[in-house]
Order: sequence, then structure tokens, then C-alpha cells
Amino acid sequence: MSARKEILDKVRKAVEGAPEVEIPRDYRTTIPHDDLVAHFAERVDDYRAIVHVLPSAEVPALVAKVTEGRRMIVPEGVTLAVAQVVPEDELLTADGVLTGCAVAIAETGTIVLDAGPDQGRRALTLVPDYHLCVVRADQIVSGVPEAVARLDPSRPLTWISGPSATSDIELNRVEGVHGPRTLEVIVST
Amino acid sequence: MSVFIGMPGDFPANSAKAVQNSQLRFNLRKATHTIRGKRATVVGELPDWAELRAAGKAIKDHTLRHLDRYLVQLEEAVQRAGGQVHWARDAAEANRIVTDLVRQTGETEVVKVKSMATQEIGLNEHLAEHGITAYETDLAELIVQLGDDFPSHILVPAIHRNRSEIREIFLAKMGDAPADLTDEPAALAEAARLHLRERFLRSKVAISGANFMIAETGTCVVLESEGNGRMCLTLPETLISVVGIEKLLPTWRDLEVFLQLLPRSSTGERMNPYTSTWTGSTEGQTFHLVLLDNGRTNVLADEVGRQALRCIRCSACLNVCPVYERAGGHAYGSVYPGPIGAILTPQLRGLGSDLDASLPYASTLCGACFEVCPVAIDIPEVLVDLRAKVAHPRAERAGMRVAGWVLAKEVRLAKAQRLASRFRKLVPKRLPGPLSAWTDTRDLPDIPKESFREWWARNERA
Ligand code: SF4
Repeated sequence: MSARKEILDKVRKAVEGAPEVEIPRDYRTTIPHDDLVAHFAERVDDYRAIVHVLPSAEVPALVAKVTEGRRMIVPEGVTLAVAQVVPEDELLTADGVLTGCAVAIAETGTIVLDAGPDQGRRALTLVPDYHLCVVRADQIVSGVPEAVARLDPSRPLTWISGPSATSDIELNRVEGVHGPRTLEVIVST
Repeated sequence: MSVFIGMPGDFPANSAKAVQNSQLRFNLRKATHTIRGKRATVVGELPDWAELRAAGKAIKDHTLRHLDRYLVQLEEAVQRAGGQVHWARDAAEANRIVTDLVRQTGETEVVKVKSMATQEIGLNEHLAEHGITAYETDLAELIVQLGDDFPSHILVPAIHRNRSEIREIFLAKMGDAPADLTDEPAALAEAARLHLRERFLRSKVAISGANFMIAETGTCVVLESEGNGRMCLTLPETLISVVGIEKLLPTWRDLEVFLQLLPRSSTGERMNPYTSTWTGSTEGQTFHLVLLDNGRTNVLADEVGRQALRCIRCSACLNVCPVYERAGGHAYGSVYPGPIGAILTPQLRGLGSDLDASLPYASTLCGACFEVCPVAIDIPEVLVDLRAKVAHPRAERAGMRVAGWVLAKEVRLAKAQRLASRFRKLVPKRLPGPLSAWTDTRDLPDIPKESFREWWARNERA
């Protein structure tokens, strides 16, 4: 007998006659919040990421400023300009990457990437040591349920909450093990 | 389950050794109390925690009730998305499948993301026997692997090691560790970063587990902190994920519950730094999913015990357990330590050995584990049920004593500390935090002697 059939048969036998289970969904699926942008910024800051909130007209100047002197990878869907752009095949030696995002979550200070045109393939935001992410205010949702509803599971998703970190040595938090050591987030309002 | 991981002997003997290890006890106490506090804070932030927990429990129970249907649905979805699905009845079969898959790539090295399922089946050892070297990439797993050691905590597997031990392990075993390596955590993490970076870029094959699989979409989900998971999931040409059949969730939407329950229960964070989801073959990668039974269908057949399959491996129950805190993870003799290990291991492996028969007694039945469990597993209920099934008089006698003994030893130690400071000499000087906490018995958690006695009395009568 194949392993597949044997396992499925064993499962069927094991649960035979077991009661049906209703799933109560009494938890909050929306979490109303007066100021989503401020809430998001505060929660991102909690992870020791750098965060700025400013009007969209001022974003290009800030992007130029914070990327100065850095050799940046910029996926093709990004409309913002940086001084020194390096091609994707120089991923290993690039100083940083500039991306947009798919969704951001205020409650948890999370940005979610879905490998869209302004984010590129997953390795781009992983290998360089610096990740600059520009979030539009209308991309921020209040909580996890709204984010899950907005996302497309057929795309590869990366949920990012602060910089890479470990607490494996005596529970001391150390930022930046394998992912970017610095995460900088600009919220464009 | 044929692979034996951990110490030989039984729980009483193992924990007796552990209780005498002051370093282990100090580290464990610090770790469990720190995480416990963080968890309580972030759980307290959510006014709907009870509702999330009820939903999490019900989603898991519903999935288990229809596990056959959802497994088939998952298989179809993964295949539709270009992935290949394999089924493994037991550890030997899973190891064989993975080894063959690696061989087909022609590679002799693989990188690994921390995965309890592959530890459970002893995959690294099996690969080694077949000439394939598996490199653990999680920092703690790396420490454990280089130190030729066993994990002692689900979440912080190297919690029994302090920084100077880790430095020594790196210097002795890492090969490329800088000669002037200090024992600063940041320096140690940096050494691991450099050590592994080149390996990530070079490796063609990665092996992972998964925290969740979504039947509806065929999506796999991995939560992590360091980015080693992303490296393994993203960079290699071939990805092989070994996942227990109970890790299934029916719908994409169900993640809205578990992505709230797991990080907060586990690391005590609102969200862990990185969560990756992928569906089938992604960005040109070859993807294999190995579905593992290895005793899970036996657990499923047990009306009381099957709730253990709801476990999402958050480790919250370890961090509140007075017995775990004193005995340490190694005493449980399996990859699943603490309260969940005490109910899961004997069910997966059967009650045949002394160790497994003694595990249901590695508890005072104080109930703290049940209270913190994000999927409301009634661990005391399962323990009592398993105790009734143990038909091994020697283990029973030994086991009866163990929880009480471990706790009594703690009280004796505490008294000794109050009377004399000699014990302080055993505490490494470099450990942070006020050492005075050690001599302050008010810091010791309440020792739930009563519930143990009550249970004992009840069973004596029965
Ligand atoms: S039994 Fe519950 S508390 Fe313990 S690890 Fe599993 S899910 Fe977490």
C-alpha cells in the first residue's frame, strides 16, 4: 500500500465518529484607529527601525538624502530616484535596496512585501545590509486580519517587522544576523 | 519512532543531573522568566485574546476532524502551483525520501532552517550516514550543532549555554572564527553571520519545516527572526520542506488568527521579524513537500490525547512550567521538551521505554501550561489520562517521585542560599542581572505542592 493511502486511511479511522467543530470567529476583524499612520510609525519604531512620516511631496528629497553615498538596488517599479543605482546582479556588493510594499500593519508595525514591481524578487530585500521602504499611507491597515484579506497567497510574501534580530545568546537582543541590519521606513502621507 | 534523541535514562535520572547544574538552572530561569513577562505584556494588549484563542483551538480541531480531506486538498494545491508532494509514514521513510531528493541534485551539502520535524526524525544524522552534510543556520541551532549537543528549549535551543561557552565553541569548531573573537553577543552573532553568508550563497539545496500549511491555497508559512530562514527559502535552487501532517490550516483566512497567536505566545513580540509564505514552486525554485506522519495518526486516534496535535510549538508552556525550569529541556529525552513534550513524546513513541513511561509524571499538574496555551491544550488532562495508561511499575514508582523531588530540591537549594552565599560562587560572574535575585526566595515562583499532593491523593483512592 502506498504511504499516501495508508496515512489517509489511518486518519479516516482515527477521526471516525469524532464530533464536528464549529469555528467561532468572535475576535476583531477590524480594529478602528484614529490615526493609523502615527500608530504604525510608533510600532515600527518599537523594533528599533528608523521611521519618518512626511508629505509625499517631500519624500523624494528625503530618499535622496538618506541614500547618499550608498550604492542602491532599485527595482524597476520604484519611481523614486537615488544617486547611485547598481544593477540587480551586483546584489552581493550593493549597500542597500529601496522598495515599496504591498500592505503595512499598524497594530504590529509590519510591512508586507509581495514581490510586486516596486519590490522585486525576495533576495533583493534580504542580502543587502540596508533596506529603505517607502509606505504610502493608504497601504496601512489597522490589524492582521485586514492585511491577510488584502494579500494574494499565490505570490511569495515576506512580512517584515523590524530589522533581523536574534536573542539566542543569553536572551540579549542583537540586531542584524542574516537579514538587513538597518531597516528604514518612510511613510508618505 | 525509532530515533532516540537526547539523554539515555529516564526523566527522574535526567532531571536529577540537570537540577545540580547551576549554570543550566540560572540560564533557564532567566530565559523563562524574561519571555514569560514579555508574553504577558503583548497578550494583554489584545482585548480579544480569549476569542482568538477559542478560534485557534476550534480551527485546529476542525482541521484534525477532516484531516484526510484537507491533506488531499493541500496536495492538489501544491501540485497545481508546481510543487511535488511526498508522503512519509515514519522517520525512516521521510529520511529516505529527503536523502534521495538531495542525491538527485548531485549535491553533498544542504543548508537547514530550524525545524523540529527534521530533528524528530534525526534527518541530519541520516544524511551524514549517506555522505550529505547538513548545516544548521539558526544561530542557536548552529551553537548546538557545533557544540555536538542537543537543543534544550523549543524557541531558544541553546539556552543552556552562556556567552563564554559559545565563544569557545565558535573558536574551536567554526574554522573561520576571528582569533580575537570576544564573548559579546553582537560579536558572536557577527561571527555567525560571516561564517554562514558564503554558505547561503553557495548552497543549492535547503531543507526547512513549516509553521503552517494552507490546504485551500497550498501555501507554506515559516516564522523566524534572524533571516536565515529567508536565506534558505529564497536562495537555493531546490527547497525541501518536511512538515508534520497536523500543521495544516484549512483556509488562507485562518492565518489571521495564528499570526496573532503565535508570535505573541512565542517570543512575546507583536510580530516576529520575518514571516515568509510561498506557494509551490516560487521564483523558479524546485519545491518538494514531505508530509510526515511518524506517529501522528496514532495520536489522532486517541480521544483525549489528540488535542496535543493542536500544538503550534510556541513554547509558552515551557516558560511557565516549574518542573521544566528546574529540570531543563534535555531531561525530557526528545526534541519536544516541557509540558508539551511530556504529552506529545509518549504518544508519538508509545509508552514502551522507561523514559517515555516516566514523562507523564514530569509535572505537578499545576495547570499553568493550560492557561498560557494559545490553542487551549488541556495538558494536565492528557497527563492524567496517560498516567492511567502507563503499565510500567518501575517507571511509575520513579515517576511518582520526580516532580515532587525536583521541586523539593529547589526548596533545599533556596534555603542553602539564604543561609550561606557559597552557592554564589557557582554562578558565573559575567552573567548580567543582579545576582542578589538568587538569594531572594521571594523571586522563586510558587511551588505548587498542593496540586501534586491532591492529584496523588486522588489517584491513591481511585
Ligand atoms: S502546547 Fe500550547 S503552549 Fe505548549 S508549545 Fe504547544 S501551543 Fe505552545
